Amino acid sequence: MSIRHSLLALLQDQPRYGYQLRVEFENRTGSTWSLNIGQVYTTLDRLERDGLVSNDGSDGEGHVIYSITAAGKAEVRNWFAAPVERNNPPRNELAIKLALAVTLPGVDVQAIIQAQRVASIRALQDYTKARRDTAANQRAADTAWLLVLDSLIFQTEAEVRWLDLCEARMLQQAQTAGQATPRKSSNGVTVEEAAPLIADSRR
Amino acid sequence: MSVQGPHQVLELAKVSRTFGEGATAVAALREVDLSIRAGEFVAVMGPSGSGKSSLLALAGGLDRPTSGGVFVESTPLGGLGLNELARLRRRAVGYVFQDFNLVPTLTAAENVALPLELDGTAARKAQRQAIDALRQVGIPELADRFMDQMSGGQQQRVAIARAIVGNRRLILTDEPTGALDSTTGHGVMEVLRGRADAGAAVMLVTHEARHAAWADRVVFLRDGRIVDQAAAMHDPAMLLTQAGH
Ligand SMILES: Nc1ncnc2c1ncn2[C@@H]1O[C@H](COP(=O)(O)OP(=O)(O)O)[C@@H](O)[C@H]1O
Ligand SMILES: [Mg+2]
Repeated sequence: MSIRHSLLALLQDQPRYGYQLRVEFENRTGSTWSLNIGQVYTTLDRLERDGLVSNDGSDGEGHVIYSITAAGKAEVRNWFAAPVERNNPPRNELAIKLALAVTLPGVDVQAIIQAQRVASIRALQDYTKARRDTAANQRAADTAWLLVLDSLIFQTEAEVRWLDLCEARMLQQAQTAGQATPRKSSNGVTVEEAAPLIADSRR
Repeated sequence: MSVQGPHQVLELAKVSRTFGEGATAVAALREVDLSIRAGEFVAVMGPSGSGKSSLLALAGGLDRPTSGGVFVESTPLGGLGLNELARLRRRAVGYVFQDFNLVPTLTAAENVALPLELDGTAARKAQRQAIDALRQVGIPELADRFMDQMSGGQQQRVAIARAIVGNRRLILTDEPTGALDSTTGHGVMEVLRGRADAGAAVMLVTHEARHAAWADRVVFLRDGRIVDQAAAMHDPAMLLTQAGH
């Protein structure tokens, strides 16, 4: 998440002080991600140094007001226009954990997968319930929160499908190694069904 | 039976089901304990062959356990004769089969009204309730269509309407979202969730995490045993900590 660009975008609306920026950010992203106030001030200092915001001085109540500069506005335009940068490949603790687990002797990979599946589905239950409750309220202010929840639901569902694929792969390997195990994941997904879900499928 | 809080609509006590005998016997379920309260929505997940359909058939009184007890609204199904069992199924239990089991020579409304009419409800009243159930699943305008005039997704909704008609207390559904597009799947989940919120006990067999996530509790079956359960936390504060990176 780019704190720098998020703050700039909020300043494009109107000049604000640090604490206001923090509250506004949380409101507009459905309170999903919290910013600590220290991060806000450090980021504002850097934006000022780079000429993207200007420090307008105190409002008389001890708040330092910042406003966006022309260069800042151009930066916001570019940010919205460009696709989000992906760390390549994105760091994914679960993938790293499983990749290490399959290479170590004596690790019960299927147990790891099942434990993760239970945790992921539990999270999916919570997101789904939150989405249902929010949608039932039909408040305009909830649109941002709904978008964020949808994104979390898609991510978590993808995680569960990926776990199914991992399990199916493991079972397939065990089978080719001579053990009679079905080629199905715990949710009945075969490697053939799941393979198109990932880019590097070896078919 | 201990009764605390909302009552148990379904209770399986140490239920086992074995098919066949001797060396070729298959243990489809092994000493499964599972209860579902009024207002509770439970999803069942597990690999194919893990016993999901067997579990549902026992819960709905379509099959009898090899050992253990099945109770619907505290009535032991093992103590019922065939006629009594059939009556309980028509009145209290709604069942959605994997392949719908709709009657092709009947219209949608007639299919939905069938269990009510078999149970002695007057035709007009049954018809009214059928239309109401079709409205709940979003297809009241298709009441007079025959099955071969409907898409798979529409037939599936008729099957669900038939399962919820007349305020059934226990709704059992086997992969009801099988061949559905995601919008229809979502609609089916809304209907099932709505029935649970209105006080029914709902059990859904599914392999889709997205659908299981609508349940209050997800039960994982493997080799005829319950190996895990996941319950939603329903704690917004936790939700935010999880999501915040
Ligand atoms: N009528 C039957 N006769 C013999 N075996 C059966 C019968 N029904 C189910 N089984 C067996 O019981 C096990 C569980 O089946 P089922 O409950 O259909 O699993 P699932 O619905 O999870 O795929 C499987 O091994 C299946 O072959
Ligand atoms: Mg089945």
